[in-house]
Amino acid sequence: MKVVRLFCVLCLCLAGSAAEAVPTIAHWLAPSGARVFFVENHDLPIVDVQVDLAAGTAYDPPGQAGLASLTRALLEMGVQGMDETELSNRLADLGAQLSGGVDRDRASLSLRTLSASDKRIPAFGLLRAVLLSPQFPATVFAREQARSAAALKEALTRPETIASRALWAAMYPAHPYGRQATPESVNALQRADVVAFWRGNYTAQRATLTIVGDMSRTQAEVLAQELSAGLPPDAAAAALAQPQLPAASEQRIAHPAAQAHVQVGLPAIRRGDPDYFPLLVGNYSLGGGGFVSRLMKEVREKRGFAYSVQSYFLPLAQTGPFQIGLQTKKAQANDALQVARDVLAGFLAEGPSAAELQAAKQNLIGSFPLRLDSNRKILENVAIIGFYGLPLDYLERYAENVESVAVADIKAAFARHVRPESMATVVVGGE
Amino acid sequence: MPMRCTRRIAGLIALLPVLAAPPQVLANPFERQLDNGLRVIVKEDRRAPTAVHMVWYRAGSMDETSGTTGVAHLLEHMMFKGTPSTGAGEFSRLVAAAGGRDNAFTSKDYTAYFQQVPKQKLEQMMQLEADRMRHLTLDAGEFAQEIRVVMEERRLRTEDQPQSLLFEQMSAVALQAHPYRVPVIGWMNDLASMTAHDARDWYERWYVPNNAYVVIVGDVDHDAVFKLAERYYGPLVPRALPLRKPQEEPAQSGIRRLTVRAPADLPVVLMAYKVPVVRDVEADVDLYALEMLSAILDGHDAARFSRNLIREQRLATSAGTGYDSTARGPGLFYLTGSPSAGKTRAELEAGMRAEIERVASAGVTAEELVRAKAQLLAGQIYKLDSMFAQAMEIGQLESAGVPYRLNTRMLEKLQAVSAEQVRAVARKYFRDEQLTVAELDPQALPPSARASSTVSRH
Repeated sequence: MKVVRLFCVLCLCLAGSAAEAVPTIAHWLAPSGARVFFVENHDLPIVDVQVDLAAGTAYDPPGQAGLASLTRALLEMGVQGMDETELSNRLADLGAQLSGGVDRDRASLSLRTLSASDKRIPAFGLLRAVLLSPQFPATVFAREQARSAAALKEALTRPETIASRALWAAMYPAHPYGRQATPESVNALQRADVVAFWRGNYTAQRATLTIVGDMSRTQAEVLAQELSAGLPPDAAAAALAQPQLPAASEQRIAHPAAQAHVQVGLPAIRRGDPDYFPLLVGNYSLGGGGFVSRLMKEVREKRGFAYSVQSYFLPLAQTGPFQIGLQTKKAQANDALQVARDVLAGFLAEGPSAAELQAAKQNLIGSFPLRLDSNRKILENVAIIGFYGLPLDYLERYAENVESVAVADIKAAFARHVRPESMATVVVGGE
Repeated sequence: MPMRCTRRIAGLIALLPVLAAPPQVLANPFERQLDNGLRVIVKEDRRAPTAVHMVWYRAGSMDETSGTTGVAHLLEHMMFKGTPSTGAGEFSRLVAAAGGRDNAFTSKDYTAYFQQVPKQKLEQMMQLEADRMRHLTLDAGEFAQEIRVVMEERRLRTEDQPQSLLFEQMSAVALQAHPYRVPVIGWMNDLASMTAHDARDWYERWYVPNNAYVVIVGDVDHDAVFKLAERYYGPLVPRALPLRKPQEEPAQSGIRRLTVRAPADLPVVLMAYKVPVVRDVEADVDLYALEMLSAILDGHDAARFSRNLIREQRLATSAGTGYDSTARGPGLFYLTGSPSAGKTRAELEAGMRAEIERVASAGVTAEELVRAKAQLLAGQIYKLDSMFAQAMEIGQLESAGVPYRLNTRMLEKLQAVSAEQVRAVARKYFRDEQLTVAELDPQALPPSARASSTVSRH
């Protein structure tokens, strides 16, 4: 008993130190309607700006899978008054870095620049041009369409890609999350589709701006308005539907690779769900906690079946998946899959032990400062909070939310969100 | 117990004025060598209450001998399998309980271990690392299990990755005597016949304080860290290291070509030219020019390879260069790419050669050089945002035999590179006698692949 109590004191103590490290997030609505999130920090002469738009692959119109990705790629390949070469040269001259990409929910643009005004101001000007005046030149469109189709054809030979795509299709058979680009769907796109997608989805109402670094609040306000004021008017694109839970399924796909790729998953949780913390804490013991998780112990440490095995929740705007993945040599694919299933079944039945729960809390709370010890990490965290509309005190309350999870909460949350009767299984390259 | 906690929080509050101070201190980083030969390098970075702790051993795959390739990396795995005071798997459990993240990596030149932790846990990490530096158990049963994990890692990262296979085969052809020809993870047959004794042998040979250095970056006081280092690492007994043979690569006398067939769709051309790497930061000239050449060819989206090969000529769907000027062994400058649909590997090879020839004959513009230098400068400032990146920079320079303090000097020398020097290295090194060309010949998947069968369960 005494030991348990001491542990609790220690956790509270860690929670206290975690709160010390939490940055203050300022939030306002730009006159354009874009939501802005700002963390002022003058330690380094750097500013990071990220623009996230509800323009990810889930918004690909039916029959046009690949459109969101191609649109995002083309944004920075020619703007009003500047071709792709000049734009890229100017960014490089300033030492600025433009990056970003597309996931299921978001299209992102991320700019890192030095904060000195002779670097920062022109760099912001280039980001503004990319957002507000992309030209989508026809020749560039044709070239990038071909490159994108070629990259897809290559990816479709890789067992990990085949497995992941088959799993998403099985988890979301009738939902945009399950739709995926093919070389054929990409090749069927027209330049006009890209322009229409940009107009309909790159709007101020669908945008969040996250700014971290060496700027004042006033400068950040001006920047946010400059970046978002000229975005196209909101076309009120349809919101994503709620996915249905599929029936359980199992697919075996042949492949000449030495290893089989095994993936298991189902739609499980959306951002902002109150069960997030029980699932996060529970999954640490199941397969999220690196070398100390049950899956790692059973699959790798005890049996030497795999180099990597893990489980995770990926909360999205609509119900995102829970997944387990591993790779093992062909002959032992079925054995490894069985071990993973047994571990999951055991965890669903019993939840974590008291010691496992304590270890999970210790790590998740204790490691909290590591999640926020650079501008880049702060940017990533705040951008998620902003885009998904999580509470502004999410980081401040993280430790207490983890701390308050009990074994019964984990069992109940897993029972609600991880349902074996809806589990999809994919084995690529097994025997 | 409660009292200790209270003190810890009070300590944090007391540090707040320090947090507001300028992040850079003049003498930073600080360095001390212990009597047993272990060097400790501490860089204070007070921006967040965390620290990264790394232990680097000057023992990588290039120190291996035939028949036991992969033992450096295997030992890295075994380092997590316990000492008399810390049971198998306990190391990672203790790091996790401390709110930390840990891992390790093996390269041709070194093996390194790291933990990222809340700063108050640094002492415990030093205690754990010092313990396994000399007291590893190396249990035969644990070995038998772990070697299977390593073979799975080789399947995952090499056997089933056409581009990794291509790179592995290319290295084995470009180099014939120097051990850089061997893959870090080892040949599969060497892994299959490896024994616990091989691992023990490796550990006894290289895991001594006089063959290691510790790098710490974070919200720490260097004097306090040196005291902790003295306490935990200080008692470890040094031992004479085996003689390292130079194993110099003999001169190449003509072009070498090879082909790898593997399941893939896109062909790949990988060209490797033999070039120098750093040996004397002050006296060397060419490596700095080669770094700038690489930046001018492939430093940003409109650099020459992208602009000319991908965008204008539409010869490639991807194209790039690679050069690492800090290494213990011989250097290679890579040109690589995949041809566009309708273009051949030979056409892409010719296109990449033409880019080098253009530099050799017409040089590079002042604008291109200024641009590459601006990117380099900004990149150095961006690096300050990551404690891990700062620790890596120190560790990697030291692993190549470059004192970390000379990093500033290397950056100055990069900034001083002239257009004529870039042109000179393009003329000097990019000749067929120095070249190995590897091609990935993609093999279509059998028709059964992708043909899926869906079975309902339950």
